[in-house]
Amino acid sequence: MSTTERSPLFLPAIYLGGIVFGLGLAISGMARPEVVLDFLQFDDFGLLFVMGGAAVVTGIVFFVATTFLDRAPLTGDEYKRRVKSFDRNVVIGGSIFGVGWGLSGICPGAAYASFGVGNYPILWAIAGMFLGAYAQGYWRSSRSDDTAGQSAERATSQD
Amino acid sequence: MTEPIPLLALADLFPRGILPYALGGLLVGLGASIIYLSTGVIAGASTFLESTLSYVSDIDRFNRFTYLQSRGWRFAFTAGIVSGAAIWGLVLDPGIWTTEVQWWRLLGGGFLVGIGTRLGKGCTSGHGVCGVGSLSNTSIVNVATFMTFAIGTAQVVAALGVSP
Repeated sequence: MSTTERSPLFLPAIYLGGIVFGLGLAISGMARPEVVLDFLQFDDFGLLFVMGGAAVVTGIVFFVATTFLDRAPLTGDEYKRRVKSFDRNVVIGGSIFGVGWGLSGICPGAAYASFGVGNYPILWAIAGMFLGAYAQGYWRSSRSDDTAGQSAERATSQD
Repeated sequence: MTEPIPLLALADLFPRGILPYALGGLLVGLGASIIYLSTGVIAGASTFLESTLSYVSDIDRFNRFTYLQSRGWRFAFTAGIVSGAAIWGLVLDPGIWTTEVQWWRLLGGGFLVGIGTRLGKGCTSGHGVCGVGSLSNTSIVNVATFMTFAIGTAQVVAALGVSP
């Protein structure tokens, strides 16, 4: 996406979408770790309707946009589906995320929403998420320096 | 007419009903759709963790071009999520509610969520909502994996007597 072609309405549109997204997370109860844990312990299956309902809506919208529409009005970008390449990190990462979600009952978007409804103890989880994201970034950056050798060092010095 | 047993089973499966869940899910999908249709951006919540770290860290991983270029809108997206939830908490269903889940579960679980979502290329919104909505095999595998491990972990923790 080219920053130069962005409409001044770009950030307001993202913010508005975020508001609706966050309102949905709050209404659904996903912002409450207790509700998520009830689902994972098979005490309340309602959460299926949150992820399922949301995926059905985006599924229809993505299909219609990629099939019948041309470019997004505020950026001029083509409509694309979300397709990421598969490698073993998708499974390893998913496993680690799953253990964390099962332990805490909270995922990133729901954590931001949880803070929004005034549940300040969720800051523990948000702090943990930043620490975890930092740890993997630190580890992966130092590891790629080792394997790529001196060329990586030169690339680093340009940042 | 002859439904007392299925109805009872339904109430067991959904003790809080299904309306708030379905309504919330539709709004989550609508929010992602507003962003997608107007800008073409496919929103995910967990990349914010890394792109925001680029403001304070020199580590290569966080200062990749895609993060530097997207960190502004990712911040706006997260601010929107907080604001939308605040509308609910302050106006539509006012009152203070805080979680009883213990701090070490939130901190330790959050740490693993931070590692796992970034290693696995997405979270419940990126893979779960947008990726599954795109019928991406990568996302479907990721969601099946994190669901399995989350259910297993939550069941083991509950069986060990940790509550909440």
